[in-house]
Amino acid sequence: MADLSINLAGIKSPNPFWLASAPPTNSGYQVQRAFEAGWGGAVWKTLGDPILNVTSRFAAINFNGQRVAGFNNIELITDRPLDVNLKEIYETKKKFPNHAIIASLMVEPQQDKWHEIVKRVEDVGVDGLELNFGCPHGMAERGMGSASGQVPALVEKQTYWVKEVAKTPVIVKLTPNITDITATAEAACKGGADAISMINTINSLMGVDLDSWNTIPHVAGKGAHGGYCGPAVKPIALNMVAECARSPHINVPISGIGGISNWQDAVEFMLMGATGVQVCTAAMHHGFRIVEDMIEGLCNYLDSKGIAAVTDIIGKSVPKYSDWGDLDLNYNIVARINTDVCINCNKCHIACEDTSHQCIDMLTDASGKSYLKVREEDCVGCNLCSIVCPVDGAIDMVEVPNELPPMTWNERQASLNAAVQCKIDVSK
Amino acid sequence: MAVEKMQRISLTNLERNFQEVEPGLTTQEAIEESNRCLYCYDAPCIKACPTGIDIPTFINKIASGNLLGSAKTIMSSNPVGASCARVCPTEELCEGACVLNHSTKPIMIGNLQRYATDWAIHNDKTLFEPSESNGRTVAVIGGGPAGLSAARELARFGYAVTIFEAAEKAGGLNTYGIVSFRLPQRISFWEVQQVEKLNVTIKTNTVVGKDLSVKDLLEGFDTVVLAAGMGQVPSLGIDGEDLDGVYDAIEFVKSTKDGGITQDFVGKKVVVIGAGNTAIDGATCSVRLGAENVKILYRRTAEEMTAYDFEYEFAKQDGVEFRWLTAPKQIIGDENGKVTGIQCIKMKLGEQEEDGRRRPVHVEGSEHVIPVDAVIKAIGQTRHFSLIEQLGLDHDGGVVRVDSKTLQTSNPKIFACGDVIFGKGKGEAMVVTAAQQGKDVAYAIHKQFSAVETVN
Repeated sequence: MADLSINLAGIKSPNPFWLASAPPTNSGYQVQRAFEAGWGGAVWKTLGDPILNVTSRFAAINFNGQRVAGFNNIELITDRPLDVNLKEIYETKKKFPNHAIIASLMVEPQQDKWHEIVKRVEDVGVDGLELNFGCPHGMAERGMGSASGQVPALVEKQTYWVKEVAKTPVIVKLTPNITDITATAEAACKGGADAISMINTINSLMGVDLDSWNTIPHVAGKGAHGGYCGPAVKPIALNMVAECARSPHINVPISGIGGISNWQDAVEFMLMGATGVQVCTAAMHHGFRIVEDMIEGLCNYLDSKGIAAVTDIIGKSVPKYSDWGDLDLNYNIVARINTDVCINCNKCHIACEDTSHQCIDMLTDASGKSYLKVREEDCVGCNLCSIVCPVDGAIDMVEVPNELPPMTWNERQASLNAAVQCKIDVSK
Repeated sequence: MAVEKMQRISLTNLERNFQEVEPGLTTQEAIEESNRCLYCYDAPCIKACPTGIDIPTFINKIASGNLLGSAKTIMSSNPVGASCARVCPTEELCEGACVLNHSTKPIMIGNLQRYATDWAIHNDKTLFEPSESNGRTVAVIGGGPAGLSAARELARFGYAVTIFEAAEKAGGLNTYGIVSFRLPQRISFWEVQQVEKLNVTIKTNTVVGKDLSVKDLLEGFDTVVLAAGMGQVPSLGIDGEDLDGVYDAIEFVKSTKDGGITQDFVGKKVVVIGAGNTAIDGATCSVRLGAENVKILYRRTAEEMTAYDFEYEFAKQDGVEFRWLTAPKQIIGDENGKVTGIQCIKMKLGEQEEDGRRRPVHVEGSEHVIPVDAVIKAIGQTRHFSLIEQLGLDHDGGVVRVDSKTLQTSNPKIFACGDVIFGKGKGEAMVVTAAQQGKDVAYAIHKQFSAVETVN
C-alpha cells in the first residue's frame, strides 16, 4: 500500500484530496461528513464580512447527453457569521486532528482588516490559510477576489500583510482571469506566500434561454457573469499549474484545482507539479463518496507502478513541458488505419479532406469492399483523424524514422543566425 | 445476424458449441456503459441484489479505470460475483431495479460486473488477504456457492475453515451444474482459488457420512456449516428408466463440463422431461452435442414453467421444440436395452393446487409414442436425506429446518445455508441467494462467538 500522505508547505494531510473552498465546505456538518468519507483536507468556504446571496446561483453545461461537463456559480463567500464558522472549525479540528483544515479568507485590501481576520482564524486552530484572490463575481465588484488577484502589486502587498501576522502556512489562490498567471504567482511569492493554489473559476455566461431570452441562470430576469469550473476547465487549469511549476521564479508548492473529478486527474496534476489537489464540482455532482475511489484508485495506480509514496510523482512530468521553440522539428508521426478494426464511418476522411491535409483516401478493394487508407507521404501527423475516430484501436499514430537528427526551432534559428554572422550562404 | 444464428451450432466442432455464448464487453463498451450509470445514491439496484453489491461504486470504478478496486467491491459483497455476473437473472434483480428503466434503458450491470471480474481473473489478482487466526475451527459441508461464501467470510474473520467437498473439484453448481456456454469452469475455479488464498482448506472427493464420519466431524470442529446443496434428479416412477440412453440432467450437464465432449449425440433425437432451468440446460446441451431434434416435454403449459424467460428464448433460438401438456408414461427400449421411444399422454389443467398452479390431469386415450434415442430427466432434485438424518437434524421432507434469523439448525452447533434449506415455493433457488446465505451464516456464527467472548 503506497503512502498517500502529503505535506504542502507544512500542512499535512493523510491524502492529497482536499475539498476546495466552495459550497461543499460551508459548514462543520459538511466538512465532518467529508472527513468521515475520507477526504484528507478541506478549505473552508471563504470567510470574511458576511454577505447577502441571491437565489438561482448555479448552472451547468451538458455536453451530448453527459451532465455537468462544466459548471458555473454566482454564489458569494460565506453568508454565515464569522463566529459561527470559527466555532465549527474549532469543533471539526478537534474531532479530526489529523485532517487538514485551511481557512479561505477574503477581506478588503487593507492591512488592519487582514491582520484582524488572520488572528481570529488562527486562534481556533486552523492548519493553514488560503487567500482568495480569485473569486470573479460579486466580490470582485467590491474590489476583492479577482479584482485584487488581477493586479500583481495588490497580490504581493496583501500577501505581505498576511505574512506579517500569520503563524500558519499561507496559500495564495490565484485567478485564471488574467493573461499570464505566472505574473501573479510570482507576486505572491514576493509577498512571502508559502504556497499557491490554482485555478479559481473563470468568467462565464452559461447560456441564454431560447424562449425567454433570459440568461442562464437568471435572477428575476437579469443575469451576471459567474465563475466557470468542472471537467471542462481542467486543461486550462493543468496548463496554469504546469506553467507555474516550470517557472524558475516560482519555487513554492502548488495546490492544483480545476476540473479534477477522479484519481486519474489528480495524478496528472501531481505529475505536472501539484503537491496536492482540491476538488469541488465532482463532489457537488456525486457527493463526498467519490473520494473512496480516488484514494483506492490512486493507491492501486502507485502500487501497480511500484511507487512507494505519492509524493514521489510530484512534478515528474514538468521537465517534459516546455516552449514550442524547444520541440523537435524532425520528429515525424503519421496515421495508420487498421482496416480490420475500422467500422467505415468515414469520419476521418471527411475531417482530413475538409479541414486538414487531404491525405485519407476512400477506396474499394477487389471484392467491392470499402476501406480507408492514409497516403503517408502527405500526412502531417496532426492527430485529427484519430481524434474523431469513434473506435478504439482503429487509427494508430505511428512514428516514422527520420534520418535527420533532432532539431528544434530555437536551434534552427540559432544556427541560421550564426551562419548569417559568418556570411555563409546556407542555400548552397 | 440470421445467418450467424443458423450457424451457431457446429456439427463438426462440438467443442466450439460449448464456448461462452455471450462475448464480454470490450473496453470501449465498458467505458461508455459505465459512464452512462447515474451513480445513484442509496441506489435501488443495491437493494435488488441479494448480496447487496455496491453497484454504483463498482461501476464508477470501471469509469475511473480503477478495475482492481471495482473487482474488490464486487467480490467483497459476493464471493461468487464472477459467476453471478454471468448467471444471475439480472433483469429480475439489479437491472430490473435500475432507475433508468423509467427514462431510457437500464445499465448492463451484469456485463459490467463480468468486465471487472474478468479483468481480475485475466490479471491473476488476489483480492483479499487472510486474517489473523482467532483460534476457532469451522467445517463446511459442501464447496458450492453457499459453502464457499460462508468459508470466505469466516476466513476473513480469522476462523480456520475446512470445506468437505464430495466432488473432485469445488465450486458446486458453478463448476458442474451450469452449462459451459453460460459459465466456463475456469471462472468457478478462480473463485475457489480466491477462497483458498485465505487459507481455507478444501478436501475434495470427501463425502461426509462416508469418507468422514459425522461423529468425527462434530467432534473435530467448533462449528459445522451444512451447505451440501441438493442431490440427483429423482426417479420419474415409470417403466424403462434404467434403459441405456436415459440420463439425469444434472449428471448430463456435468459430463459436458467435466471431461471430453461426446460425439454420441450427433444426429440423435432427444427428449427432455421437465421445464425448469435445468431442463433448458439439458436441451441446449443436447443441441450443442449435435442432436438432430430436441424436444422438451412438460405436463403443464408455458405459463407454469419455472425456467427464466431468457432461458426459454435461448432454447427456442437453439431450435428446441416444446411439447406442452405432455407427460411421459413409459420409456421404450429395444432388445439391447437401448432407448428407442417414449410413450406419452396428453394432459389438461384441472383444479388449482396449493402452490397456485393448476393440477395437470390425464386426457384418457391420448397415449402416443415419440421415437427417441435419449431421454433426459429434469424434474427437480432429490434431497440429501441420508446426510441430514445422520446429522440428526430436523427437516421438512429433506429441507433442513433453520431459525430464520440465525440459520441455526435443530443442533445448535450446526448451521445451514443454500439449497439444503431451500423449500418448495420459496422463490428461485439462485446462486446469488446461496451466496448471501453463506455470508449470513458466517455473520451469525461470528456474532455468536463474539457474544460469548464478550460475556467471558
